[in-house]
Amino acid sequence: MTDRLVDLQGIGVRLGDTPILRGLVLQVDAGEVIGLVGANGSGKTTLLRVVATLMAPTSGQGRVLGAALTDEARFDIRHRIGLIGHTPALYPNLSLEENTRFIARLAGAGDGMVGAALDQVGLAGARHRRAIQCSHGMQRRAEFARLLITKPDLVLLDEAHAGLDRHAADLVAFIVDGVRSRGGGAMLVSHEHNRMTPLADRVVELRNGAIGTWEAP
Amino acid sequence: MSGFWTQALEIARKDLRTEVRTGEVFLITIPFGAVALMLIPLAVGTETALLRNIGSGMYWTIVLLFGVLVALRQSGVEGTTQEDLLSLLGIDPAARFAGRAGATTLLLLAFELVLGPVALALYDPQPKGWLWIAALIPLVAIGLGLLGTLAAAIATSIASMALVPLLVAPLSVPILLAASQTMDGLRYGNTILGWILLLVTMDLLLAVAGVLSARPLQEASR
Repeated sequence: MTDRLVDLQGIGVRLGDTPILRGLVLQVDAGEVIGLVGANGSGKTTLLRVVATLMAPTSGQGRVLGAALTDEARFDIRHRIGLIGHTPALYPNLSLEENTRFIARLAGAGDGMVGAALDQVGLAGARHRRAIQCSHGMQRRAEFARLLITKPDLVLLDEAHAGLDRHAADLVAFIVDGVRSRGGGAMLVSHEHNRMTPLADRVVELRNGAIGTWEAP
Repeated sequence: MSGFWTQALEIARKDLRTEVRTGEVFLITIPFGAVALMLIPLAVGTETALLRNIGSGMYWTIVLLFGVLVALRQSGVEGTTQEDLLSLLGIDPAARFAGRAGATTLLLLAFELVLGPVALALYDPQPKGWLWIAALIPLVAIGLGLLGTLAAAIATSIASMALVPLLVAPLSVPILLAASQTMDGLRYGNTILGWILLLVTMDLLLAVAGVLSARPLQEASR
């Protein structure tokens, strides 16, 4: 694995006439966990989508896991990125087990990992429940099970702590520790500073689409 | 990471499982298709000879119109988060296309098979050449499945589902023509090979177009 997981140089993103990110410079090294804070609309989610190669920057250059953001090589590293966004990426009419098995099979992992992963995130008893019938916290846990199966090198968590009880929040720490121990890295977006800062090696603040210095409140 | 066919199979399996749970096709689209077949005789009159003449054409028209709805069913359309999920699992967009088209084709096949007896009962089109019909039904289902899946992907990439009918209408004409002309050819003893060949060609062209455009359409939809 490359030592520098994320290397963004002057990244800008515009949606129509509106600048979302402006000349953003950020690096994430192997084994490093970055915390991202910022007000609503400061560009945190957009930044995570750019790093996940799901959104192309309109200016600047960047590399993620060795692949340039504008090269076709980015398609080959996507499976090494794990993103948990605001909205749970689950199929509402499939059970938690079916959702997780779907992921496991697509990721080339064995079905045997499904039960273990659901057990690990505390969903063994709810595995037959459809995702649509589950609480937000349970859906989040199911997404954590996905990361336990796919074992990404770069984990991107957007407000992963939101709405989680203490035990579920511990799972975030477990996942972050896991990716760090594999030599990967993580970027965490959170408004819950007290939960996020202990996990992060450094915290940066986004202000109007640019990196600013964060001072702990 | 899994291979192309495993990916396609899993996507198709997921789509079909979702359809079984939501019942969009079996509980809504198929009954409406049957109702449409029943309404036509009320509109044009119940003269047996007339109904016999228009029977196969009406059947294929209903299959085409409602078939596109099957292809565009909500349960088969991924939301942005699910699209992102599949991308970040490294799923080949062509495998996604193949899986979705495969699931849609199976649903269309079921649609055709359920509506077939309804058309026979109402119109008595006196079909002949059942072996050819047995080949025609899946060929049409494949064509419409591919066409609907491709149209949905194009519409998603330009964020306008309203354009789907404009995309589907011209491309579905050869399929509709080939299907109805094959039935007529069988009934009146005319040659049908040209029409069957047209269907096979359309299916192949749509499959190639869908596979080749899968990646660009996926990236354009972001």
